[in-house]
Amino acid sequence: MTKSSRLPNGGSIDRQHPIEFTLDGKALSGFKGDTVASALLANDRWVLGRSFKYHRPRGLLCAGVDEPNALLTWVEPSGVTPNLPATQIELSDGLNLKRQNGFPSVDFDLMAINGLLSPLFGAGFYYKTFMGLTKGAWMFFEPFIRRAAGLGQAAHQVDEHRYDTEYRHVDVLIVGAGIAGVAAARQFVGSGLKVLVLEQDFKPGGELNASQDQATWDIYSKAFNELLDDQNIEIKTRTTAMGLYDDQCVVALDRRQANALKERLLIIRARSILMATGALERPLTFADNDLPGVLLSKALAEYAHRYAVLAGRQILLATQNDTAYDTACSLARLGAEVTLCDARATSAHHALARQAGVNVLPDTVVARALGGKTVEGALILTGAGPFQHVPCDVIGMSGGLTPCVHLSSHQGIKPQFNESIQAFVPGTLPEHQFVAGSVTGALGFGDALSSGEQAALRMMAQWSMSPRMAALPKGAESTPLQFAKQDLLVEKLSLIRRAGGKVFVDFQNDVTLNDVASAVDEGYESIEHLKRYTTLGMGTDQGKSSNLNALMHVAHLRSLTPSQTGTTTYRPPVVPLTVGAIAGRNVGRHFRPIRRTPLHEWHLQHGATMTEAGLWLRPWFYDWAGSDVVSAYVVEMDHVRTKVGLSDVSSLGKIDVQGPDAAVFLDQVYVNGFAKLPVGKARYGVMLHDDGIVLDDGTTARLAENHYFLTTTTAQAAEVMSHLEFLLDVVWPQLKVRVSSITDQWAGMSLAGPLARQVLLKAFEERAALIEALPFMGVVDFEFESTTVRLMRLSFSGELAYELYIPANFGIALWEHLLHAGQSFELKPYGLESLASLRIEKGHVAGLELDHRNTLKDLGLARMAKPKPFIGKVLSNREELVREDRWELVGLKPVDPTVKIRGGSILFYAGERVAGHGRGYITSVTASPTLNSQIALGLLEGGLRRQGQTVIAAYPLKNEQIELEVVSPVFLDPEGARLHA
Amino acid sequence: MLRIPCPHCGLRDYTEFKYFGDASKSRPDLADEDLERWYAHVFLFENPKGVHREYWQHVMGCRQWLVVTRDTAVNAVRASAWPEGVVRHD
Repeated sequence: MTKSSRLPNGGSIDRQHPIEFTLDGKALSGFKGDTVASALLANDRWVLGRSFKYHRPRGLLCAGVDEPNALLTWVEPSGVTPNLPATQIELSDGLNLKRQNGFPSVDFDLMAINGLLSPLFGAGFYYKTFMGLTKGAWMFFEPFIRRAAGLGQAAHQVDEHRYDTEYRHVDVLIVGAGIAGVAAARQFVGSGLKVLVLEQDFKPGGELNASQDQATWDIYSKAFNELLDDQNIEIKTRTTAMGLYDDQCVVALDRRQANALKERLLIIRARSILMATGALERPLTFADNDLPGVLLSKALAEYAHRYAVLAGRQILLATQNDTAYDTACSLARLGAEVTLCDARATSAHHALARQAGVNVLPDTVVARALGGKTVEGALILTGAGPFQHVPCDVIGMSGGLTPCVHLSSHQGIKPQFNESIQAFVPGTLPEHQFVAGSVTGALGFGDALSSGEQAALRMMAQWSMSPRMAALPKGAESTPLQFAKQDLLVEKLSLIRRAGGKVFVDFQNDVTLNDVASAVDEGYESIEHLKRYTTLGMGTDQGKSSNLNALMHVAHLRSLTPSQTGTTTYRPPVVPLTVGAIAGRNVGRHFRPIRRTPLHEWHLQHGATMTEAGLWLRPWFYDWAGSDVVSAYVVEMDHVRTKVGLSDVSSLGKIDVQGPDAAVFLDQVYVNGFAKLPVGKARYGVMLHDDGIVLDDGTTARLAENHYFLTTTTAQAAEVMSHLEFLLDVVWPQLKVRVSSITDQWAGMSLAGPLARQVLLKAFEERAALIEALPFMGVVDFEFESTTVRLMRLSFSGELAYELYIPANFGIALWEHLLHAGQSFELKPYGLESLASLRIEKGHVAGLELDHRNTLKDLGLARMAKPKPFIGKVLSNREELVREDRWELVGLKPVDPTVKIRGGSILFYAGERVAGHGRGYITSVTASPTLNSQIALGLLEGGLRRQGQTVIAAYPLKNEQIELEVVSPVFLDPEGARLHA
Repeated sequence: MLRIPCPHCGLRDYTEFKYFGDASKSRPDLADEDLERWYAHVFLFENPKGVHREYWQHVMGCRQWLVVTRDTAVNAVRASAWPEGVVRHD
C-alpha cells in the first residue's frame, strides 16, 4: 500500500525534465529539481538504511543538511563515495546509489539481532565490555568491532577528481541567501562594494522553500532579482561556508562541477561578514521516534511544497510550539487528513488550524510510534492518559527550532541561551562580524527581513555609508511564535516514558535518552564528557538534530539551566568536507615542492636511481654499480677507495658571509675559531644552539679578509640561515655583516679517491701549479670557461678529495668536463648511499648523529671548543649536559662479521638484562669493504671508556640481538695518510 | 587565518612567517658566563593570556626578523616592528 505520492501540481521541480537513477540496482525516476531524498519519497521508498549500532531500519528524518539516517553510497566508475545524505544529493541522470549498513541487504539485515542485545550496547559499552576483561581483550575484539561498525564502506581507489583552491577578497561576505541574507545583500545594491553571497542549497530561499505563501515568495524573489542586476554582487549557490577563521577569513566549498573540477575550496577574506545561517527544526523525544515515516514537520512541508511529494495521506503532527501550525494548515489544504497534537494546552493558532481542517488536540503528546518497518500508527496521550492508539502514515515532529550557530561560534564565541525561542543563539561577535535572521531568533518573515536590513546598516558603518534602498514590505502581520517551556516538556516526558520502547536522541550514532541518563549517572556530567562517552553528536551530522535535545535533558537531570549546562565546542567544518578539496592541486608530486640540483637531468640520463632527501631529489646509486641499492653502494664505495669517484653535493647549504665584522661574527657563532682563519683556508666548524646542543656542522672557507663561504648540512641549511639572520637582526644588529643564501646559485661536486688529484691535473692542465700547491683545507677560485670554479681540498670520505663549486648554470658543464678528464682514471659517479656510508668508516658525524640531542662532548668533539665566547657555550656546561653517564660516540664492529646490523638498535652492556631504555643506540650502519663486515656508529653510555668491551644490539621489532665490539669510530686510516696524500 | 603586517612587505598570511618565541626577555651578553641568567633566558618564559611580544621571521618574503605584538587570548595581531637597534638603509 503506497503511502507517499507525487502531487499532480506545484513544487519547483521541472516536470518537463524527468531523470532516471538507480537505488541498489533498481531503476527509479524523478525530476530535475529533486534531491535523491525527494525522488525516493516520491517513489514510496522508506527504508533507506540501517542504524549504526542496533541496525534498526531507518528512513528520512529531514529535508536538508541535518539528515542523520538516509546516508547513501554513490557509485561511479571512478569509485565510491559513502555516507552522502540523500537530502544533499541533487538528482541527476544516471545516478547510481546504494543503501548502507545492512547485511545481506538493508531490507533483510541479519545484524538487526543487535537490537535484541541492546541492553549490552548502552553508553560506554566499548569501555565496559572489551577493555576491562584482560589486557589483550580489546586487541582481540577490535577487528570484529571494526568490521561491524561504521555506516558506509570507504573507497579503495585513488580519488581521480580534480579540485582547486580559489582566494577571494571581498568587502562584504553574506552566508545564506535566505530571507535575512537576501534582505541584507539588497541594501548593498548600488553601493559599489564587492559583495559575495554564499548559499549552500541549489535553490535559494532558505526556509521559504518549505512555504507555500505566495505573497512572501514574491517579496523575496523581487529582492533576489535586484541582487542579480548589480555587477558588484555575486551569488554562489551550491557553496557551503565551512569554517570561520582568524582575521575575517571564511573557508567555503563550492560544489558546482565545472571545467573538469569537481569542487573548489574558497578561501575568503572579507572586511565585513554576515552570517544569516538560519535555524533547523529539532525532533521530539518519544518512543521509537526513529521508525521510517517519522520526520520533522518542516521536512514534510518542504517535501510537499518544494518537491510536490505528499509523504502520506493520514498525517499525525506532534509539536510543542507554534511553528508546526503553518505546516499543518498547508498539508491539510493539499488534501491530507491532518491531526496536530500540541503538548501545550493553548495556542493562538488553534482557530485558524481548525478552519483549515486540521484536527487539533491540545495537551496531547505522541508517546510512541508504532509499526514494523514503517509507521502504521501511534500511541498518543492527552493530559495524564490513558494511551490512545491512532492510525497514521507519517508522523511529523516539531521539537522547536535550533539556530545554526556553528559558523559564528568557530572563533570561540560561546552561544547564548534565548528564553523566548528556548534555544541557543550566537554570542556577542567581534567587530566586523554580524548575524541576522532566524539564527538570532528573529523568526517569521517580517522579523527576518528587518533583521537582515538592520544588520546591513550596521555593516555599512564601516564605510560610513548610509542606506540607499528602501526597506522591503514585511508581509502580513503575524502573531509572535511561542515555544513550550522546559517544565512542561519534562512533565510530558515522564508520561511518555510509560509507553516503553527506545527514545532516540542522536539518530546517527544510535544514542537514546537512557544512554544520556546513564552517562550522567556514571559521572560523565559535563556536556563535553557526555558527548565522548555516549558518542552523541559525533557522527557525520555532528549532532545537528540531537545536541540541543540532549543538552536540555542533561540540564533537567542535573537541575541546571541550559546556560549552565553549556554547549559543546563548535569546530569546522560545518558539514563534511572532501579531503580532495582541502588538498586542491597539491597532490602527487605537487604535494610538496621538489628541489632539484643543477645536475639533476644528467643523473636521470645516466642511470641514477633518485631518492628523496627532504625536499631534494638526489641520486641514490647509479646502475653502473649495480641494479639495486644494496649491491650498488658497496661497489661505489670500493671504487672511491681504490680509484676515484664524483658525487653531487649541490644540496648542501651554502651561505655567503660578507662585511667588516664577518670574522668577529663567525667567531661568535662557531665553537672553534674563524676570526684568525687565513685567507685561502677552510676549516671544519660546529655551531651550537643557545641551549648548548649541537645545531650543525660544516666547512667554512675564508675567501678574503671580509668574505667567507659557509657550508651547512643539507637538512639544516634553512635553520642555520634563520639562525644567522636572527643573530644579525636581533642580537647583534650593530655588526656590519650581510648573509645571503647561495645554495641554489652554486652547484657542488665532490671528487674523491687516490686518483683525485690526477683527474684534476688532467681537467685543468693550465692550473697545475695551483692544484699541486693547494694544501689540505685550502681554497682557491680560478677562472674556467668565462666563469669561476671554487676549488677546496677537503674530505668527507677520508680519501684524498676535493670539492668543486661553480655557478649553477655551468654545473653540468663542469661535471662532464671532469668525467671526460677522468676517463683514463676510470672516474665514476657515486650516489648518496655510498657518499653517506664512506664517512661512517671515517668516523665523521652527520645528520644521524646531529639529531638535536647531542653535545660536542657526546660526539667526541669537545676539543673543538675554544676559550672564547660562542653561542651555546655557557649552557653546554649545564649539569645535564656534562653528566658522566651521557651516551657518547663510539664505533661498533660485529663479533661475528657475517651478521647484519640494524640502525636504531638499542645497546646494552654484555651480561645485563635486555629490557628498558638501554645504554644507547646505533645511529649509522654501513657495509665496510675495508673491513669486510658491517660496521656502525652509535651512542653508548660511557663512550670510548668501554673500548674493547662487548655490547648487545637489540632490535625488538624483529626479536634480534647481536654482539658488537666497541671500537674507535675511525675505522679507516686514523693517521690520515690518505687525506694528506 | 592569522595575518601579520610585515613593516617591509605589508599584510601577509602567517604561513609566510616562522615563529620563534618570546621577545620580551633581555638576552645576556655573549661574554656573560652566568649559568642562571642563560638558563632563565633560554628555558623560562611567561605564557601570558593577552598581549604577547614575540619574534617572527618573514621567511617567504623579505626574511627580516620582526617583533610582533599579538593578543594570545583572541589570536589577533596588534602591531609589528623591526627589532630594536636594527639599522635600516632605506
